[in-house]
Amino acid sequence: MAHQWGMVIDLDRCTGCEACVVACHAENNIATVGEKEAARSRANHWIRVERYYEGDFPDVKVKFMPVLCQQCDAAPCEPVCPTFASYHTEEGLNGQVYNRCIGTRYCANACPYNVRFFNFYNPKWDKPLNLQLNPDVSVREVGVMEKCTFCVQRIKAAETNARAEKRDVRDGEIQPACVQSCPTNAMVFGDLSDPNSRASRMAASSRGGKLLEELGARPKITYLQRDTWNGDENA
Amino acid sequence: MDGPDPILGPGQTLSSVTEKISSIVLGRGNTTPGWIFGAFISFCLLMLLNTVITLLAIKGVGIWGINIPVAWGFAITNFVWWIGIGHAGTLISAFLLLLHQKWRTSINRFAEAMTIFAVMCAGMFPLLHMGRPWLFYYLMPYPNPMWLWPQFRSPLVWDVFAVSTYFTVSLLFWFVGLIPDLATLRDRATGKIKKIIYGIFSMGWRGSATHWARYEFASILLAGLATPLVVSVHTVVSFDFTIAIVPGWHSTIFPPYFVAGAIYSGFAMVLTLAIPLRKYYHLQNMVTDRHIDIMAKVMLATGIIVAYSYVMEMFMAFYSANPFERAQFVERMTGQYAVVFWTLITFNLVIPQLLWWQKVRRHQMTVFLISLIVNIGMWLERFVIIVVSLHHEYEPSKWYMFFPTRWDWATFAGTIGMFFLLFYLFIRFLPMISIVEMRTLVHETSETGSHAGLYPVPPEA
Repeated sequence: MAHQWGMVIDLDRCTGCEACVVACHAENNIATVGEKEAARSRANHWIRVERYYEGDFPDVKVKFMPVLCQQCDAAPCEPVCPTFASYHTEEGLNGQVYNRCIGTRYCANACPYNVRFFNFYNPKWDKPLNLQLNPDVSVREVGVMEKCTFCVQRIKAAETNARAEKRDVRDGEIQPACVQSCPTNAMVFGDLSDPNSRASRMAASSRGGKLLEELGARPKITYLQRDTWNGDENA
Repeated sequence: MDGPDPILGPGQTLSSVTEKISSIVLGRGNTTPGWIFGAFISFCLLMLLNTVITLLAIKGVGIWGINIPVAWGFAITNFVWWIGIGHAGTLISAFLLLLHQKWRTSINRFAEAMTIFAVMCAGMFPLLHMGRPWLFYYLMPYPNPMWLWPQFRSPLVWDVFAVSTYFTVSLLFWFVGLIPDLATLRDRATGKIKKIIYGIFSMGWRGSATHWARYEFASILLAGLATPLVVSVHTVVSFDFTIAIVPGWHSTIFPPYFVAGAIYSGFAMVLTLAIPLRKYYHLQNMVTDRHIDIMAKVMLATGIIVAYSYVMEMFMAFYSANPFERAQFVERMTGQYAVVFWTLITFNLVIPQLLWWQKVRRHQMTVFLISLIVNIGMWLERFVIIVVSLHHEYEPSKWYMFFPTRWDWATFAGTIGMFFLLFYLFIRFLPMISIVEMRTLVHETSETGSHAGLYPVPPEA
């Protein structure tokens, strides 16, 4: 059976440092759009850290939640794409074929998590930043949607290596850039089809819950958080 | 003859009808300063559209105000608005033909032209709003080495078929109806070039019995094909929204609600065009006060269906106990776009209620103003559905407003220019009222009632 890649994010460990955001930008050749465009809500952050404030001043608690593509099993973004640019891979990823994308942006509307981004203009990298582009990741042109891929280039590389060595991919062998850079180990990536993988075991935790689960998109990211999934914040 | 108010003014004969309508096209000195002025303004707006399209191709859709929560903005609003306007033309020309509604005769030709021009304007938007419009053919099922077809589950692919079918059938229907009239123009034209051009497009029409039989058959057939499109096209357009799980979109009421809205806005546009046209070209005998009255009534009726849909939509948002739907409607009514929402309610629901009074329906200027207001109101409705729903989805961190840029407005104004330029050319070069059908109407009314149709009536009659 094909792998089913998934992730577990422990919100109780997340400090909101945004290292994952920076790592993601560097790994995936995500262009920065500049101050003006960012103020128009056109910044492309495949992963973002949402802040939630609880309580009244001065007794305020801040909670952080990294939100990236949830790689849903019943993804609302997939059937609406008229050209199959957005499609489901065998390994359970929500693939985005840049060459096939004509930029209707319907997937961005359909996605309840708002984790799909669009190249409103041709991206550019000021020199010498162009030299740090990752050669394993294609650069997207104007008019194309893009989104978190779970660092599919790393997944493919690990799978190719494993196949060359005639073995299976080991648990923990693959780390997307965000997982790798997380200083508190709040994020764990792994194969959900393997019940013994660390991600599978953590996803079964009683602290686990899914983001907007009631919409039925069957997201593959589990968030761990003490007690608040059932609304009881003081327990 | 039904009702005290005829659908044909007094004193119309077979030859006076032909003369009146064809002289607008063929007569000398009909390129009036008013026509030139209007056509020129429209042409300038069309050139503005060209500028926008060039800029879109060079820079990308970033010149518009869209952003990531609001990925569809003016373009799709305009698309839905234009395609809705088209629906009244098809309803009048096809639906009412099958229902033997005689009053449609004098308005069906230009209503159908309005449909075609509106669908042309509408059809441009889905192309222009794409990130990479030069790859639009990915939407079509065409043979390719990758064996890749479009995603038939996507409403955008349904749109391609719905809109292109609609345009093809409307164009054919319109053209078939024009053939005998084009032959009349060919026979009456004095200039050689006019004779040749009208001659080519009249496709060898000689008016033989066989020609008439085929003409009638083709008309009925095309009317039969066009009638379901009145309902289906806007239903498919509404699927663009209902299929996505955006709060404010994901609702089963949309198809009938959209169809009613389409006919509502379409009749508003027919009135917007008909009232100045009949005044300017002195056609009050053919497009009578009764026509305006009936169209105002249709507008009122469809407006009430639309009002019912608004109320139901809001009630269901409350009754479903879905917190996202509720939040969406509270946001619509009290949020940052509340002004737009309440303007839309005033324009679409409150003001058109004036049409209950016959006095209002018979006052041309008032009906004209109400029709303009409904046009604006229906545009705002689409704006609220699209932009306001998108700007307030599930994730609070991604709630963001849409601000139109000058290029958003320029694109919209450009298509209005294109629409009116096409319309100006149409009224100058083609008979805006069907000569054939008017002659039939003259004949029929003279048979059933007085002889007022066939022969000139003395003034005391």
